[in-house]
Amino acid sequence: MLTDVKILDVQKIRKDFPILHTLVHGKPLVYFDNAATTQKPLCVIQKEEEYYKTLNSNIHRGVHSLSQKATTAYEQAREKVLRFFNASRLSEIIITKGTTDSINLVASSFGKKFIKEGDEIIISHLEHHSNIVPWQLLCEEKGAALKVIPINDKGEIIFEAFEKLISEKTKFISVVYVSNSLGTVNPVKEIIQLAHSRNIPVLIDAAQAIQHFKIDVQELDCDFLAFSGHKLYAPTGVGILYGKEKYLEEMPPYQGGGDMISSVTFEKTTYNSLPYKFEAGTPNIAGVIGMGTAIDYLNEIGMDLISSYEKDLFEYANAKLSSVEKLTPIGTAENKLSVFSFALEGIHPHDIGTILDFDGIAIRTGHHCTQPVMQRFGIPATARISLSFYNTKEEIDFTADALKKVFEVFG
Amino acid sequence: MDSELRELYQQVILDHNKSPRNFKKLEDANHHAEGHNPLCGDHLDVYLQLENDVVKDISFIGNGCAISKSSASLMTAIVKGKTKKEAEHLFEKFHDLVTGNLKDANEIEALGKLAVFQGVQEFPARVKCASLAWHTLHVALNNTEEKISTE
Repeated sequence: MLTDVKILDVQKIRKDFPILHTLVHGKPLVYFDNAATTQKPLCVIQKEEEYYKTLNSNIHRGVHSLSQKATTAYEQAREKVLRFFNASRLSEIIITKGTTDSINLVASSFGKKFIKEGDEIIISHLEHHSNIVPWQLLCEEKGAALKVIPINDKGEIIFEAFEKLISEKTKFISVVYVSNSLGTVNPVKEIIQLAHSRNIPVLIDAAQAIQHFKIDVQELDCDFLAFSGHKLYAPTGVGILYGKEKYLEEMPPYQGGGDMISSVTFEKTTYNSLPYKFEAGTPNIAGVIGMGTAIDYLNEIGMDLISSYEKDLFEYANAKLSSVEKLTPIGTAENKLSVFSFALEGIHPHDIGTILDFDGIAIRTGHHCTQPVMQRFGIPATARISLSFYNTKEEIDFTADALKKVFEVFG
Repeated sequence: MDSELRELYQQVILDHNKSPRNFKKLEDANHHAEGHNPLCGDHLDVYLQLENDVVKDISFIGNGCAISKSSASLMTAIVKGKTKKEAEHLFEKFHDLVTGNLKDANEIEALGKLAVFQGVQEFPARVKCASLAWHTLHVALNNTEEKISTE
């Protein structure tokens, strides 16, 4: 029945995001840099303001009312995260500064305990620098080796090559769910299944996935999962590390300090229980509460509705932009979403970015912190359009026309 | 087209981008440096033939945006035949120009064709593109072989 079909009212949604109504160089902002960071709905902005106006105090340590209220609000945000990706235990939800912090925590702490000389860690060629460098640092320290799953010309990982890379030496696998520079969706479920058949834990970098579709960590059965709040319509400086208790219990603390202890003497310190063992120091309390609000906001719209709208929008963008003369899409994976990376013949991405900016269009140009991906395609950089559910087909049409202007400038 | 944009992408810049001068590896170079802008992935090599502190010949190769490529091209054209000291002085003035610190009309005029990069000062994100070649030249002149980065 037609009445059952829910349609995302994008004009109504756009009213929720104040920044979308600003002008850039006198033109309405077209924000196509969502893979770098997403804009914040008014409810999130107001929540942060409200926190500082009415709740500001430190958490987990005061008996006074403000501290207790702030603690409750903070812990409610953790519960919202738990329900959002269907985790089962609050002890498995660690609040961090972001994806980079989450991955570093695992590389450092899991690495300290479990990685030894001669061991191997597998990542993919699609990784963001934040899922490469922490493992390189670990490998250097421990005398372990980093192995990389290769990609094909479409920008998809070669699964058979992955199967061959796994060996007795493999002790950890860390792969990205959705590539930030190409939009490729990796077959993480299959990767996890294969890894688990060999008892190897897997970390999923969900920085570019969590905002686009429903993730169920129990169904996925990943051992760790990392994401950033600011790519999920929440403030910057907050993120999440999901980890299975069986690993987190065994892992030593990442940072020492306040909040992560149960008792301290100069002779011996005992650590706090999970998840607090990994949460040293005063966090970005307002940001975490804001992340809870962002999750409420997304739930209200519905992740399934967001996914279907974004899928339709991406298909439109892909067809429309691919038809622009002298434009070559970079990364043409079968399973791809949200990100359209491209090159224009004879024109450097940086120049494209500056010229589009004059039409109010914000895109990302550069290597997107994925230099190995750029090297694989033999290019120094790409221009990248990345979409959100507040973007429209009109904005894509406008951008396709603006791209033609780039050629006018360059004659 | 927007005048500020036209101010940035002047005809001279577009011309040097399309047909960069001295765009080759100098086989008998005695000075060389490699420049890199990690922000955008721009990368270039500057080769010098320096004799008695005079730039006898200069060339560059590399990959970059229109601003960085044309800047490198114009730089090689202007620096050729200059003394090391004169080249360093030009670098200083050029840097002032693109960062908006060169106000004196006579001084700007004295930069000749390099004055086309005046528009860059309106684009803070592009200052590094315009100055990468010059930073690299500075390192090459002083004959350090290390990689330089504008970050």
